[in-house]
Amino acid sequence: MSGRVPTAAPLARLIEAFHRLPGIGPKSAQRLAYHVLRAPRDEAESLAAALLDVKDRIQLCSTCQNVTETDPCGLCDDSTRDAAMICVVEEPLDILAIERAGGYNGHYHVLHGSLSPMDGIGPEQIKVRELLQRLHSTEIGEIILATNPNLEGEATAAYLARVIQPLGVRVTRLAHGLPVGADVEYADERTLSRALEHRVSLAAGQPTSAESDDDPRFDDGDANGPFETAFDTAVDVDTPPQPGEPH
Amino acid sequence: MPAPRVYRTDAVVLRQRRFGDADKICVLFTPQLGRIEAVAKGLRRPRSKLAGHLEPLTQVSLLLARGRNLDIITQAETQNAFADLHDDLDRLSRGLYLAELVDRFTDAAGDVGNLYRLLLEALTRIDREDGLDLIARWFEIRILVDQGYQPRLDACVHCGSPLEADGNSLAPLLGGVVCPDCRVGLPGRPLSGNAFKLLRFLQSSSYDEVARVRIDQSLGAEIETHLRDLVHVALDQEVNSAGFVNTVRATRPVRR
Repeated sequence: MSGRVPTAAPLARLIEAFHRLPGIGPKSAQRLAYHVLRAPRDEAESLAAALLDVKDRIQLCSTCQNVTETDPCGLCDDSTRDAAMICVVEEPLDILAIERAGGYNGHYHVLHGSLSPMDGIGPEQIKVRELLQRLHSTEIGEIILATNPNLEGEATAAYLARVIQPLGVRVTRLAHGLPVGADVEYADERTLSRALEHRVSLAAGQPTSAESDDDPRFDDGDANGPFETAFDTAVDVDTPPQPGEPH
Repeated sequence: MPAPRVYRTDAVVLRQRRFGDADKICVLFTPQLGRIEAVAKGLRRPRSKLAGHLEPLTQVSLLLARGRNLDIITQAETQNAFADLHDDLDRLSRGLYLAELVDRFTDAAGDVGNLYRLLLEALTRIDREDGLDLIARWFEIRILVDQGYQPRLDACVHCGSPLEADGNSLAPLLGGVVCPDCRVGLPGRPLSGNAFKLLRFLQSSSYDEVARVRIDQSLGAEIETHLRDLVHVALDQEVNSAGFVNTVRATRPVRR
């Protein structure tokens, strides 16, 4: 905001409020504010009510920590889903992405963040304790670590693998590889070397790495999305692969 | 003459933070410019060409374009990915600790070639060697010396008399070691004879020499406490990653 042209105080306040939203620059904030100003009163009221509703009625599921209106949430309450499998993600939005990809039919656990040592975010600051409690109270066959493949996500996965493995639960990690539509030329070394390590045989559609996973819980009917590929070749973390040596 | 619009530099990526929807700001440690921040556009999209090259604790060569506030990273190529460092939680925790030290100690101060080489040497060793804690201790004392916080270890900082090995204490607030006669009533932590000798040895030796020293657990813990005191006083800030090193240590499997 230039501030040279005086704006009526209530309007300026609304512009400022929109500007604080992620991805909204000063121009978009102005456009939104003027839209609200011109819109009928009931549209503004329903927006205001929706905003308050989100704050009042959304809570965290006591089991999976996902945002929900009911506790337990719809995913945890769904008896057609496999309760012996937990996919651990960083944010609620990650669940939406995995669900959109299809192919996974187990439960989730939302950490609400990832370990970020330099920012002082350790296991106590994210929902690790809640995950470990679930492992103690329920019979779990497999934990899939679906944290982001960046430094914080990898650190989180490595940490979780260390604390979960002594409990005798199978721990797997989403596979690393080249994203659909990418160029090999631009791939970084670590992605490429991991993609090579965990390469898949095209003839049988089976991963050459780890044991071939014929788990019926993974529906590999149409493997056309990056997530299906990732789940099909999810790598066991209890046997860390030797660098440069496909096993 | 106007400054050129693009420039090249080597850098170690120290950390990143989110910026806008898909961008990130990278904190870079460069040999000629010191610690700088630059924007990497679209880094959080899966098809980003830059993302894999700009992970923290990667040595990269970069092409940057001058921006209005922050410069923009236009090309990045990995020089050293430190793959084993990233794949092992013990190594990673120490690497992050070193990166945070550099991040907190330095600013855009021009030529920092010496510290840059030290950081690369320490990261390379953490990537490949054992003795991770000793590498961290050696780097701590090197960065203290480089930044002008070298602790005085040859004579008592209070009375100036030469020091015997035993009975001293280390007083970071006073800038070094205090002798047994002066230590009463002065701040500081007792310094065992072995820790005193190790501290002097760390300060005066290359890492190849340091690596030959065998250090038992209690001496390792003592020297770690002393060096963290020194770093804490020099920075006047907590180093967050130190807590993570402790967390990782507590989960350490029996395998090594």
